[in-house]
Amino acid sequence: MDLVKPDLGLFFWMMVTFLIVLFLLTRFAWKPIMKMIKDREASIDDALKSAEKAKADIASMQADNERLLNEARRERDTMLKEARDMKDAIVAEAKGKAKQEADKLIAAARESIHNEKMAAITELKNQVAQLSIDIAEKMLKRELSAENKQKELIGDLLKDAKLN
Amino acid sequence: MRFNANLTRLVLFFSTLLLPAIGFAYEPQEHETTTTDSVTTAGHDAAAHGEHGESAKFDPGKMIMEHISDAHDWHLWGHTHIPLPVILKTDKGFDMFMSSRFNHETEIAKGNLYTYKMHHNKIVVWDEVLNAENQEATHHLYDFSITKNVVTLFIVVTMLLIVFMNIAKSYKRRAGMAPKGMQSFFEPIIVFVRDDLAKPALGSKYEKFMPYLLTVFFFIWFSNMLGLIPFFPGGANFTGNITITAALALLTFIITTINGNGHYWRHIFAMPGVPAFVLIILTPIEILGMFLRPFVLMIRLFANISAGHIIALAFYSLIFIFGKGGESIGGGLGVSVVSILFTVFMFAMELLVAFLQAYVFTLLSAIYFGSAVEDHHHDPAEDFDGKPNSHHPATINA
Repeated sequence: MDLVKPDLGLFFWMMVTFLIVLFLLTRFAWKPIMKMIKDREASIDDALKSAEKAKADIASMQADNERLLNEARRERDTMLKEARDMKDAIVAEAKGKAKQEADKLIAAARESIHNEKMAAITELKNQVAQLSIDIAEKMLKRELSAENKQKELIGDLLKDAKLN
Repeated sequence: MRFNANLTRLVLFFSTLLLPAIGFAYEPQEHETTTTDSVTTAGHDAAAHGEHGESAKFDPGKMIMEHISDAHDWHLWGHTHIPLPVILKTDKGFDMFMSSRFNHETEIAKGNLYTYKMHHNKIVVWDEVLNAENQEATHHLYDFSITKNVVTLFIVVTMLLIVFMNIAKSYKRRAGMAPKGMQSFFEPIIVFVRDDLAKPALGSKYEKFMPYLLTVFFFIWFSNMLGLIPFFPGGANFTGNITITAALALLTFIITTINGNGHYWRHIFAMPGVPAFVLIILTPIEILGMFLRPFVLMIRLFANISAGHIIALAFYSLIFIFGKGGESIGGGLGVSVVSILFTVFMFAMELLVAFLQAYVFTLLSAIYFGSAVEDHHHDPAEDFDGKPNSHHPATINA
């Protein structure tokens, strides 16, 4: 039965020693250890959280970049398209203007040709008339130089006059 | 002098490497001659005579009981013992001398105040004139000797202090950095005690009890492991000593009681929602349970560790029983193979038990503290229908 009978001396030493050790360990070991573990856990948590945040930031930044790039691409496309349209419009306008000018020039040229032609025709008519008068004068002069011819003519003229 | 337990352990230890070490089994016969000599010097002591007469034949029961009990000296091997200080408080004051004065319970030791005699590790005041026990003085005698278990206590405590002060130092030196060396070995265990024992049982109030829980856990674990080492400075049945477990259980009881809040006491004396006539039965049971819980803590640790030592020693004893004290070396050798295999198996299991018992003691302490500080407001079910919550931690392990 000695086995299950507590022993006063051992109990005394156990209590004294254990309580001293409990105090020493609490003061110099457990408190600092628990604090350090807790602090480190907190700092690891923080680090993980900020890493997570940084990752999210990078992801959103990448999305932003993508968006910006797409926008830029779209803008470039519209600009190119606008430029092309403008070029086409300018070319078309220039073509139209040139055609108009050409038409105008052609019309003016035609008119002046016509006028020149008319003036030339008129002059030609006048000269032909002058020439005809000159020829007729010369012919009369030659025809009526002889007397019998004058008489013949008068006779003819009189003949015609009798018939009327 | 006697066939000592530590010797047997030593034999086992060496015989795992060298089977011929079984020759140690001759030891009891050598003992016989020396004991006969000493018996003649203290021949008047009939009890001692009977004891030594028995030890000539190998008595496993006695050997095992001697091993798992406390002792006033520390047996190393053969006839080599470390004498330990004997400190006695008598009605005249303190008396102090080395245990070698008893010469292994064969001689009467002369102190400054009285002369003493030791029988079965119990010291009595001896009246040399009457050649009998001075019962009057013995009645006032208190033994505060530094026994084998006290030395083990000091060794365990020194180990605890060295290990954990060093760890605390490396925490300070390497603040915020990853643990290294011993620190990285113990940190998971410390975190285990905190997260798997203290936090589930105590909730947000765990921090207050952490120092005690950690100290108890590592104290029991270190002690159990030291007890598994078969030679000095280990081998003492330290946590298998009821005084040690009683001291630990008493501390748990005291901490539980002084931390008990109104909720805790109400559950003991007047369980809410229970009719008065049931309370007449229930309250005594609850009061009994209050004392029974630390009592069970004490018995559990004591029984588990003692049983481990007894089983290991029983297997070693088989070698010497079959060896018939050296007469049948073949029998001893044959059984030693079986014994060693079994003991190796037992040792592996004891390693687990060493941890498990530390775990169980700490866990139950945490649960008792939890029941003492449990907050009433954390119990919405109870507020709702006035019945105690069935998950009340105190009722789980009552």
